[in-house]
Amino acid sequence: MLYLELLIQGLVQGGIYTLIALGLTLVYGLLRILHVAHAALFTLGGYLGVILTNATGSLALAMVVTMLVTGMVGMGVYRVAYQPILDKPPYVALIASIALFIASEEIYRLIFGPYGLSYDAPPLQGVIDLLGSGMYLKQAELLVLLGTGAALVGLHLLSTRTRIGIAWRATVTDPEMAASFGIRTQRVRYLNFFIGSALAAAAGVMVALLNNLVEPTMGSVPSYKALAIIVLGGIGSIRGTLIASLALGVIESFGTIYLGSLLDRDAIAFAFLILVLMWRPQGLLGRA
Amino acid sequence: MGYEITLATSMCISVVFALSLNLITGFCGQISLGHAAFFGVGAYTAALSSKAGLAFPLDLLAAAAAAAVFGFVVGLSSLRVRHDFLAITTMGFGFLFLGVVRQQDWLGGEMGISAIPGSGLSKLGYLGFAAAVAVAVALFSAYLKRSWLGFSFAAIADDEDTARVVALDVARYKLLAFVLGTAIAGIAGGLYAHHVRFISPDSFGFVESIAVLSMVIVGGIGSVPGVVFAALVLTALPLWFQVIEDYKLLLYSALLFIMMQLCEDGIGGLMRRLTQGRRRTT
Repeated sequence: MLYLELLIQGLVQGGIYTLIALGLTLVYGLLRILHVAHAALFTLGGYLGVILTNATGSLALAMVVTMLVTGMVGMGVYRVAYQPILDKPPYVALIASIALFIASEEIYRLIFGPYGLSYDAPPLQGVIDLLGSGMYLKQAELLVLLGTGAALVGLHLLSTRTRIGIAWRATVTDPEMAASFGIRTQRVRYLNFFIGSALAAAAGVMVALLNNLVEPTMGSVPSYKALAIIVLGGIGSIRGTLIASLALGVIESFGTIYLGSLLDRDAIAFAFLILVLMWRPQGLLGRA
Repeated sequence: MGYEITLATSMCISVVFALSLNLITGFCGQISLGHAAFFGVGAYTAALSSKAGLAFPLDLLAAAAAAAVFGFVVGLSSLRVRHDFLAITTMGFGFLFLGVVRQQDWLGGEMGISAIPGSGLSKLGYLGFAAAVAVAVALFSAYLKRSWLGFSFAAIADDEDTARVVALDVARYKLLAFVLGTAIAGIAGGLYAHHVRFISPDSFGFVESIAVLSMVIVGGIGSVPGVVFAALVLTALPLWFQVIEDYKLLLYSALLFIMMQLCEDGIGGLMRRLTQGRRRTT
């Protein structure tokens, strides 16, 4: 029973990780940038979600608007922060990204205050009896699992069934060749940042639902853990990202119970990361 | 006056710490996002060994040795993974270090270690000692950069595969860079432990690793005078910014961001361009 509960908690956490890490892995696959500031968009999503839900009373509406707005902010981040320094060494973009992330935390603190915000009437807090087995799942947790699934199916359909999706995959595989076939790679990059940021925003809204709290520093753990996940999964691989996210969620959830006296949550995650990388330096599903 | 001395001592320790990372990342091209862990290993070793009765300058050697042992182990990972993967792996080691320290009672756990014995020197004397160490490390770095060893490091930083083709023992040099760099970081950590006399896991986290990496990059990766200058300024900057209290970190990060957009090769690069410009005009 305990095992099953831990497993489900781990999968919920893993779902959140997936939504955040997908955007990051898309950015890395396309531009080879470790986009730390991605977590800033996750936090922005959390704040917008809470504020809009409180203002309109509708979580669904807030979710849609939040994803659209954050997606556009994400495109702005690409235009302002990354596009001018694409041809410089990779650590330049990394440091610029970290600087942007620190600045964003400060901006949230100055605008929204240091103590965070909550939902006036937190939605989806009811519990569902799972299969009548006495296992309970919060509605919000179910939303995370369904949302992650929907995001993956959506991404799959987009990348295999639409023209822009095919252009996207072509650009990831070989940007120069794609450009010579008339694909506007710039457009693909904007799309990439839009989708990735919108997914991170959705994760932010969901985390706000799970904790009923958004605060300026809520992005600091995802900022580094999502990096670990995309490396673990094999960079640029969506399937690898999914597996790594879920594995990490479950391992953390079991690890904090059984190894908690030895290591804390982050250390368990990173011990796992180091072990996997020493065994497969290219990540779980990465190509050598 | 006491405040200025404390600040100046912190600046000297930062110089030692930043130069230690410059040796690994700047000279040998191995990016590290977990360097604060070695600073931490040094600080904990110095704190515990001096509490156990080891006399002051000797416990710094113990700190260097302990950090170098951990540096060797982490360096082994650089033989397996490269570039961004290495950055994430070293970041992982940083979190692993923190996670272990937080859960171990004999290391003080979350509470850290307090009442670390002082150096036995006066405040001014300790500043002199820290400054001497900083100067020594800077001279050693400058010497190293021009030596054959530094030349090999540069070759590896430039293109590892080519370095291997011309029969450089890449693995050995990388490990050597890690051992040297982390040993110096350990000394910096030891100096820090005797300086503040209280250490806790919070002083050796991810933020500190980022801070020291930004010193190296703002200084101009690999440039010894640039990194020294950046370490001095970036340590003092947040304190100068005290006046604007609430906007301190915002301004700091904005400066870093603009620096990356406008001159990514840092202060060292600026100096190089100035001197080269002058040469061209004559």
